[in-house]
Amino acid sequence: MAQSLMRGHPQRLVEHALDVSTSDQCIAIVNDTTSANLRWANNTLTTNGVMHTVDVTVIAFQGAGNSSVSGTAASLEQVTALVESADRAALVADEAEDRAELATGTTDSDWDEAPGQTSIQVFEQFATQLGEAFSQADAERRILYGFVFHEVTTTYLGSSTGLRLRHVQPTGHYGCTGKDAALTNSAWVGGATRDFSAVDATAMASQLATRLGWGERRVELPAARYDTILPPSAVADLMVDAYWSAGARTAADGQSLFSRPGGGTRIGEQLVDAAVRLYSDPAYAGLECEPFVVAGGSSDRSSVYDNGLPLGPTDWIREGRLTSLMQTRQTAALTGQPTTPAVDNLVLEVAGATGTEADLVAGMEDGLLLTCMWYIREVDPQTMLLTGLTRDGVYRVEGGEITGAVNNFRWNESPIELLNRYTQASGTVPSFSREWGDDYFSRTATPALRIPDFNMSSVSQAL
Amino acid sequence: MASNQIDPTFLALPYERLGQVALERARDFGVTHADFRFERNRYQHFSVRDDALEGAQDAEDLGFAVRVVLDGAWGFASGVALSESEAVTVAETAVTVAQIAARMTRRPVQLAPEPVHRDVTWVSAYEVNPLDVPLADKTALFLRWTKELLGAEGVDHATGSLQQVQENKYYADLGGSAITQQRIRLEPHIEVHGTDASTGAFDSMRTIAPPVARGWEYFAGDMFDFDAERAALPELLREKLAAPSVHAGVYDLVIHPSNLWLTIHESIGHATELDRALGYEANYAGTSFATYDQLGSLAYGSTAMHVTGDRTSEHGLATVGYDDEGVEAQSWDIIRNGVLVGYQLDREMAHTYGAELNDGRSNGCSYADSPGHIPIQRMANVSLQPDPDGPDTDGLISRVERGIYVVGDRSWSIDMQRYNFQFTGQRFFRIEDGTIKGQLRDVAYQATTTDFWGSMEAVGGPQTYELGGAFNCGKAQPGQVASVSHGAPSALFRDIRILNTTEEGSS
Repeated sequence: MAQSLMRGHPQRLVEHALDVSTSDQCIAIVNDTTSANLRWANNTLTTNGVMHTVDVTVIAFQGAGNSSVSGTAASLEQVTALVESADRAALVADEAEDRAELATGTTDSDWDEAPGQTSIQVFEQFATQLGEAFSQADAERRILYGFVFHEVTTTYLGSSTGLRLRHVQPTGHYGCTGKDAALTNSAWVGGATRDFSAVDATAMASQLATRLGWGERRVELPAARYDTILPPSAVADLMVDAYWSAGARTAADGQSLFSRPGGGTRIGEQLVDAAVRLYSDPAYAGLECEPFVVAGGSSDRSSVYDNGLPLGPTDWIREGRLTSLMQTRQTAALTGQPTTPAVDNLVLEVAGATGTEADLVAGMEDGLLLTCMWYIREVDPQTMLLTGLTRDGVYRVEGGEITGAVNNFRWNESPIELLNRYTQASGTVPSFSREWGDDYFSRTATPALRIPDFNMSSVSQAL
Repeated sequence: MASNQIDPTFLALPYERLGQVALERARDFGVTHADFRFERNRYQHFSVRDDALEGAQDAEDLGFAVRVVLDGAWGFASGVALSESEAVTVAETAVTVAQIAARMTRRPVQLAPEPVHRDVTWVSAYEVNPLDVPLADKTALFLRWTKELLGAEGVDHATGSLQQVQENKYYADLGGSAITQQRIRLEPHIEVHGTDASTGAFDSMRTIAPPVARGWEYFAGDMFDFDAERAALPELLREKLAAPSVHAGVYDLVIHPSNLWLTIHESIGHATELDRALGYEANYAGTSFATYDQLGSLAYGSTAMHVTGDRTSEHGLATVGYDDEGVEAQSWDIIRNGVLVGYQLDREMAHTYGAELNDGRSNGCSYADSPGHIPIQRMANVSLQPDPDGPDTDGLISRVERGIYVVGDRSWSIDMQRYNFQFTGQRFFRIEDGTIKGQLRDVAYQATTTDFWGSMEAVGGPQTYELGGAFNCGKAQPGQVASVSHGAPSALFRDIRILNTTEEGSS
């Protein structure tokens, strides 16, 4: 692992920035990140890498304006340059409409601790198993393609108002696509992990073999509405989109499904089925994430003035009612609501739902079981209509059994509508969005949902 | 066009020395290839909403990477401390990673040769580096625009933003190449939002000004008429809100380059990336229906279809002097007379396939979006060529009895083998008996790639050709973003399936 001179002392970068800033107030955020990855295709490793970065963001506040300057910084001199740049820019900055008193606080008990880290060795056991899985796949005429990623980011946030906050964030995920040698049958397994201790390449390859077995009998079906089970991964794909649309500012400005016709937001309205709860909680077991606001810049969903505000459990939808939207203090004042900033995890629960995806399959007479979604994009913000594809395994269910694989489909659906129309749900389990989990949002827990009339708009020939 | 020099603050960085140290250290281990890439990428983004600045951020990504081939396997590592000891450590880490990777690498990595480019420099074409313009001047311009738009009838809100990038790279390898480059690009966004009080329907209308590899001079108005576009946006929005909802069915389409570039990007650009066709992206971005065995035979579209790949178009977002493997920028045919004849390559793929595709050489499509990421095959500027004698857009519209004229991009989605796609747009105009009859709402077009391009009856002339593009093309694991341009003329398509998106969303 590459070691920088400043390794182990990001706190000094924070203190240095606060010391040298000449602005009215200053916030310094240091992210120390180490990561490692392996990527494979056609039963051989293709690329890999280890990475270490130290990013410093300096936000200088001067009068009614501010300036945010970020950069890679491994030395005090580099931090000085960032601060000078931010101080200079803050002096001539436009007035900020989100200006507010900075949060105050004290020093976290773990402030002095060194950053966490990872290395390529985190894959030691996985890599050995993967090599064996390649051999077995070759022998049994299967092809494996996949990726494992592990990252540890330690954030140090300090302010001239006394904040000294530290958070260690491990993020990891694995995913593997399997195909038959003729490339006519495709399956996928994947998930999130904090430490790779329980990720087993042998089990992963074995699950793919099972799924490819389901796909040996192929059935062509036309575009139509189908009774469809969305597994937790597919539900995560859709709920992340719904969450990202839940900004209070766009709702208040009349630009989202959460806008009340005639003005204002729909907070307080019964939006979906009364059993549904959609929430975030920085302390959710297995999905732990930053318990305070970190905002490098202001946007319609974040404010640099809110840095360091505590984050807690936040219901977005409770008992089917819209309870909160993502707020800054500015939008909270605008909408007359509590300040509920975005949190970096998302949980969907259906009251009373138990059992697993397999139980939903066992209870289905004639329908489809999906694996995951792909290429999801918003078509109409008014209804939150999304389009996308099914990917790597649409399975036919007959009489409670999986009886074959079906062609892929393009679908058009609104996730909020689905939370009204579902007829059955499983218990909530840790999940991983194929579409968004890799790069943007990997901490989700969702149930499987059964939708009686999922809109498969056209057939995709993709295999 | 001013002939720009490499930014002296980049030239002052110790990249040559660190490169020498890292490459020498890698050589000690008997690597068959080693390259060193040092990058400083500067970004500035700001956004405005109505009459206020929403936020502004400056960011800089600085660091370097070493990539080696040892025992037939890749090893890659990166670092950020600009010291010789760190350069040695990063080189050693890359070697360690290659040793671990060799256990799982079953086909040895080999690279196509490339002539040595010793001590060369390249700078993209621009006049004024936008990062040299005071932020207050830039926000003042955009705030003047949004305030003015906010005052127009029917506009509830106006938003704007500008992303600006200065990318500096130094590449050196054990073969002796040493290349220093600088690129400038920017992406403006202006949008108005409104509501129809009688129905509660809301909508927006965005400028079709494309992102470009140009400087601040872009806003002077000679290259894109921002004044005319801004003046038109409120009425376009009002008309759209009052427009009838489309009847789903089959229509002829005339598609403007401001929409067609994205369809080209998704259904041709990605589909002719050879790494996708070979399965390297199967677990993420996907594969391609345009498999290598169909080279020279796949009927991609009608004979009106001539598509090129290039990294040389002036102001193109994928334009460079040399790629991230030290390969000189080139241009080539991808589809000729409707038939697949080429792919996008990097040096590893060119080792196996380059003999047939490009005289044994890569065509220069390797790119990494940051010093911490490994270079992969990324998209060239992939462009649909106009018909030298082709008509203007009105000439194409005049051939349509019942159809839709599509302007500006909005929603986009395509499957993992690049067959089935669905696109919306900013502006859909009804065509009746060869003339435009006002806007339609709720339109999406859906097709399969080869059917769609097969239905292209005609392309417009050079007078209709425009460069569109994007900053946010995503690919690879870990994810990387790239900027790319796509040129297109207006074009006429027959019998395309049109959906009504409101009907699609109702259960």
